[in-house]
Amino acid sequence: MVTLVLPRLVDVSAASRRSASVTERNVAALRSVYWLLLVSGFVEPLLYLLSIGVGVGALIGDLTLPSGAVVTYAAFVAPAMLASSAMTGALAETTFNFFGKMKYMKLYDGVIATPVQPFEIALGELAWAMLRGSAYSAAFLVVMVVMDLTTPVRALAAFPAAVLVGFAFGAVGMAISTFMRSWQDFDLMSSAQFVLFLFSGTFVPAEAYPAVLRWLVEVTPLYRAVHLIRALTVDTGGWSWTLDVLYLLAVLTAGLLIASRRMGRLLYK
Amino acid sequence: MNTGRPLIQARGLVKRFGDFTAVDGIDVEVSAGEAFGFLGPNGAGKSSTMRMVGCTSPPSGGKLRILGMDPVRDGPAIRARLGVCPQLDNLDPELTVRENLTTYARYFGIPRRVARARATELLDFVQLSDRADSKVEPLSGGMKRRLTIARALVNEPDIVLLDEPTTGLDPQARHLVWERLFRLKQQGVTLVLTTHYMDEAEQLCDRLVVMDGGRIVAEGSPRALIERHATREVVELRFAAESQEAFAGKLDALGERVEVLPDRILVYVPDGDATVAEVAALGLHPTNVLVRRSSLEDVFLHLTGRTLVD
Repeated sequence: MVTLVLPRLVDVSAASRRSASVTERNVAALRSVYWLLLVSGFVEPLLYLLSIGVGVGALIGDLTLPSGAVVTYAAFVAPAMLASSAMTGALAETTFNFFGKMKYMKLYDGVIATPVQPFEIALGELAWAMLRGSAYSAAFLVVMVVMDLTTPVRALAAFPAAVLVGFAFGAVGMAISTFMRSWQDFDLMSSAQFVLFLFSGTFVPAEAYPAVLRWLVEVTPLYRAVHLIRALTVDTGGWSWTLDVLYLLAVLTAGLLIASRRMGRLLYK
Repeated sequence: MNTGRPLIQARGLVKRFGDFTAVDGIDVEVSAGEAFGFLGPNGAGKSSTMRMVGCTSPPSGGKLRILGMDPVRDGPAIRARLGVCPQLDNLDPELTVRENLTTYARYFGIPRRVARARATELLDFVQLSDRADSKVEPLSGGMKRRLTIARALVNEPDIVLLDEPTTGLDPQARHLVWERLFRLKQQGVTLVLTTHYMDEAEQLCDRLVVMDGGRIVAEGSPRALIERHATREVVELRFAAESQEAFAGKLDALGERVEVLPDRILVYVPDGDATVAEVAALGLHPTNVLVRRSSLEDVFLHLTGRTLVD
């Protein structure tokens, strides 16, 4: 038994150690300019929250959620901003930066000459993207608590959910990046990202759409992410958010598998 | 370490990219402590071979064993004991010179403290200590190359793979790299390198194979190859006329072999000075005469009918 299990355990610990070395590289590469970039990722959803959530919210008044809970418009929008900032943070790192490192800096050509394997590179980069995404999420949750849009306990529960959202989108971003041919392709992705941002039950409840459109919206990943975080931060009823968790875990797994497989093919020429 | 088993063993090794066969069934063996070279022009299949040996390119056919292991199955374990200096420097532009070494060491799971000590040591070895905290980008080509070589040594590898270590460097930078590689060789590190420079192969390699079109066309020590495929000396003659061809016929009898190049004629002989006298006796007046010892360049010319570097 020991002889059967031990090599595998060693393998897993070696693999995670190697993934961590990829994350570590990004910590070493942190420079002052980059910090500015990090800050902008936090400010953007905050501006949306203030302008639309609070500003437009003053004209709209309160909303009734499907569960029957009545919330202010700002409280309705805030969880969606949290989910989409987790998405944006993770995608920025795993698309633009990841693509640049792979295609232009040829960084991974050097890394694959070491014991580190493509799957471990993907995992390490994703972990790094999550460090960034999680920092956004934590900061935004603090703002939500300060603005009385959620309670501290709910905010604590929502934090791991926001991390999961980031992980899922990070994995998807990485998988997409392996199919990109040039920077132009990223324009398409940005457009898709913006459409998701507008229509994933972020500013308007999905229930307001015609049935067909509503179905379409409800299977998109950002909708599931918004639904999950809204359930944890402001809503009262039901366990339907567990479905969101399973959905996001599935997206995460699929994204990682596709990304590492494609990377293997691109790097081991 | 030297168990008598070769460190690298290839049998009928093949690499295909679609319809194109880059490496066409080569047999190679490299023993511990050897400095082994792949010599050939661009496109001969040297780099493809190196990438297969470096376990970053799966073979399309044949058998390959590195350190007794299978490169596809045991990739990480093999790579842990290799040092790779690729043809194009792929240093990390977002890190400093020192960080390039310490970060790379971490990919091998080397503890931070050891990594720092080794980085200091290696920067000294490749004479880059004064640039330790500089970014990579402003470094000269020769400095980048030396840093890449230092990076390849960070895990104290059993085998160092160097793909064209001095291509694109000025003569001074080349000599510095050669000198460092020679010191590694003296320390007993197994070196495998590719080059299209004759002098490099003669300087560094104990044994080499000449590759052309994905195949091995000759194998041996530089000296043995020269003895087998060339004469002791070469007389290079350059004539003023547009075509050297016209003179070639008259020279045929003088040497064991005559090669006609667009700009000069090479006559392969045991004694160059004697031949120069005979040329004069024939009443021929070349504008330029050079007597030199034959080199691997001549071997390659003989084997393939082409020059190495155009």
